Formats: sequence, structure tokens, C-alpha cells
Amino acid sequence: MNSFMKWFHKWGSPPWFYRVSGKMLPWLTGLFVITLVYGLYAGLVLAPADYQQGDSFRIIYVHVPAAWMGMFIYMVMAAAAVVHLVWRIKIADVVLISSAPIGAAFAFIALVTGSLWGKPMWGTWWTWDARLTSELLLLFIYLGIIALHSAVEDRQSAGRATAVLTLVGVVNIPIIHYSVVWWDTLHQGTTVMRLDGPAIAPQMLWPLLSMAIAFKLYYVIVMMLSARGEILARETKSRWVRELVGGE
Amino acid sequence: MSVWQAFIELLKRDLRLAMRRRAEIANPLLFFVMVIVLFPLGVGAEPNLLERMSAGVVWVAALLAALLTLDSIFRSDFEDGTLEQLLLSAQPLSVMVLAKVVAHWLVTGLPLLLVAPLLAMLLGMKSAAMGTLMLSLLLGTPVLSLIGAIGVALTVGLRRAGVILSLLVLPLYVPVLIFGAAAVDAAASGLPVAGQLYILAAFLAMALSLAPVAAASALRISLS
Repeated sequence: MNSFMKWFHKWGSPPWFYRVSGKMLPWLTGLFVITLVYGLYAGLVLAPADYQQGDSFRIIYVHVPAAWMGMFIYMVMAAAAVVHLVWRIKIADVVLISSAPIGAAFAFIALVTGSLWGKPMWGTWWTWDARLTSELLLLFIYLGIIALHSAVEDRQSAGRATAVLTLVGVVNIPIIHYSVVWWDTLHQGTTVMRLDGPAIAPQMLWPLLSMAIAFKLYYVIVMMLSARGEILARETKSRWVRELVGGE
Repeated sequence: MSVWQAFIELLKRDLRLAMRRRAEIANPLLFFVMVIVLFPLGVGAEPNLLERMSAGVVWVAALLAALLTLDSIFRSDFEDGTLEQLLLSAQPLSVMVLAKVVAHWLVTGLPLLLVAPLLAMLLGMKSAAMGTLMLSLLLGTPVLSLIGAIGVALTVGLRRAGVILSLLVLPLYVPVLIFGAAAVDAAASGLPVAGQLYILAAFLAMALSLAPVAAASALRISLS
């Protein structure tokens, strides 16, 4: 077995995951606080007001990272689904189902902030714009995944069924990404991910990236906390959990 | 028995079973017609409005009718144990799933296709768009059956599968709806429709090749 597979299987073991995630959590939390405070301060105070949108553009620092997270978490879940279905690694299942509510929450935040932003900018709370619509569909897919997982009683088949559904839903991700190209509507075009460099001022970009990192760290922290709880619940009968609980 | 023979046999069996219960074929059609009749009653019988909405209304109604019939793909076979026998048979499960989906489409999708122009007429759709409507439904409804099969396979073991099934499947139906309705709309305004139809055909090719595999693995999980 090469070193990569060794590493892979180490992470797949619940006690190892529990121990290492416990050690990582304080560091991650520290980094999260730093990036969040910098991102918020630089975004809300230091960055200049937009010449067209004034101060209301500042909602970008929540809206855009949340929308990114909505897709990012789905990709993590899809990867976990593959790992779970192919190698039957228990942790992947735990990661998948712990991520789903967080992803749904981020998709919801993106929708709400987008709607709040739309009111002053477009003069309406909701437009049937391609990206808003596909974000809404992403939220529905998340909710479907959560619903399926809670409907299947047997834990093991619930995990595998959810993994299959997640992979089927991956079809939706490219549609979200290319919807900007497909349907040309009110929503402005992409400004950050462009080949000829970002079309956004650096003073505005850095806080945005910092917020994006903060959101990712937040996701990892919350996912780990939730996964740790799930692992303890699943492995209640195993020796390491009893030692852990009895020892402390 | 070769794979192809098994495919044909299963297809014949499912069609024969469906023919023995003709009322079940008629009910979704009735539903399709009633949904479409509700629209003029709800939004008013203004000809211009109805004509503008006709493409979308017909497509949404077709989608709901397809959703309504999905459960019958695997349900009765699951209940009487036939599905377990299929799983145990030497034939590849994905091919067997495909046979069942094809039978399901022939029984539920095809009649829908034949009634659709009549209903489109009721809504005042331009006759120039009729051909495109038929073609888009011909390409789109099999995709609905194929994607639906995955959802049914995932939920077949559950007691109250209906609502969860629609939660799982409806978001995945959206691209078909968008391009199906867009093709008909474009045809009604005299624009070229090849692009939308090609995309629908691409969806069909993708669903034909991937959905049976996904549905087969979902069935294995549901029956394990």
C-alpha cells in the first residue's frame, strides 16, 4: 500500500478522525476569526464605496462567498459520495450528511442576501434571473438530499442512497456555472473569475477573498463538529468511545 | 438467454401487464387534460395570454403527469418480489431497468405526446409550433422517465415515497422543462429551434446512458 492510500485509510478511521479533528479545531477557529475580522473590517470600513452602487454593494462580502460555498460544499459532498460508494469509507458518509444542512444554509443565505441586494439595485426582491433560479434549485437539491436521508430508516442504506442522489445532482452544478452564459438576463456577468484578471478593484477584492476563506473555514469547523457528534453517536458501542467517555 | 432477448422479454411482460390494467393508462392522461383545463379557468380565457403561456403550460402539465405515474415503474414489482428476482438474475440490472423504463414510457409518455397537440390547440397555440411541441415532447418525456426511474429506485422501499420522490426529482426536471418550453416558444415566434432540440437530444443521450446505471445501483441499495 503506498503512502497516499495509507493516509487515505487513516482519515477513514473514526477514532483517528475524532482525535485529529479535535486537535485541528482550535487552530481552524483562530484562523477563521482572523480572516473574518479582517474581511469584515476591510470590506465594510476600508474598501471605498462603489461609484454606482454606493455602500449597498458591501453586501457582496456576504452574498458572493455564501453563493460560492453553496457550490463548493456540493462538490465536497460529491467527492465524499464517490469515496463512500467506491471504498465504503464510513467517514465519507458522515462528512456527506454533516455537510448537507450547512450547504443548504449557505444557499439560503445567498438567496436572501441576493434578494436584499436586488431590492435597491434592480428595484425588485426577486427576479427570475438564471443564477438566482439555479441557486434556488441547488437549495431544493440540498433539501431533497436531507429529506431522503431522514426518510430511509436504515442508517447504512440511507448513507448510500444519499450518496447516489448527490452524484445524480452533480448534473445541476455545471448548469449553475454556465447559466450565466446560457441565459442573458438582469444579473451582471462574472467579475472575479475572468481570464483577463479580476474586474474589481484590489481594495475591494482582498476583503472578498478573505471572507471567502473565512466562510470555508467556518464550513470545515461546523462540519467537523457535526461529524464528531455523528461519529460518537454511531460508535457508541465501540471500545474507543467508551474509553474516551469513561476516561474523561 | 442473451441480454437483448431478456430486454425484449421484460419489455413485453411489462407492456402486457399494463394492457391488462387499461384504466391506469387512462388516468394520467385525464390528469394531464384536467391540469391544462384549470389554467384558463384560473388565469382567465384571454386568447393572447393563453397563447403566450401555452408552451410552458403544456410542458409543466406533461411534467406533472409524468411525475404522477413514476411510482408505477418499480412499485408493483417491488411489492410482489419480482424486483428481487430481477436483481438476482444473471442479466445486467441496468439493462433490465432500461427495459422497464422504456415500457413505462411507451405506456405513459407516448399517449401524452398524442394528446398534447389537442390541448395546445385548446390554449390557442400557433399551429406552426405544433410540430416542435411534438418533437420536444418526444425528446423530453423519455428523459423525464429515465431521471424519474432513479428517484423511484431510491424511494421504492419507503412507506410514504410520493412527496419525497417529487422533492428529489422535480429540481432535476428543470433543464428539460426550460429547453422544451423554449423550443416551442421559439417555434411559435418563428425562430430557429434546432439549438434547443439538439440540447434536448443531448439530455436524452446522456440520460439513456447514465440513468439506468444510477437507477440500478439505487435499486441495489433500496433492496439491500
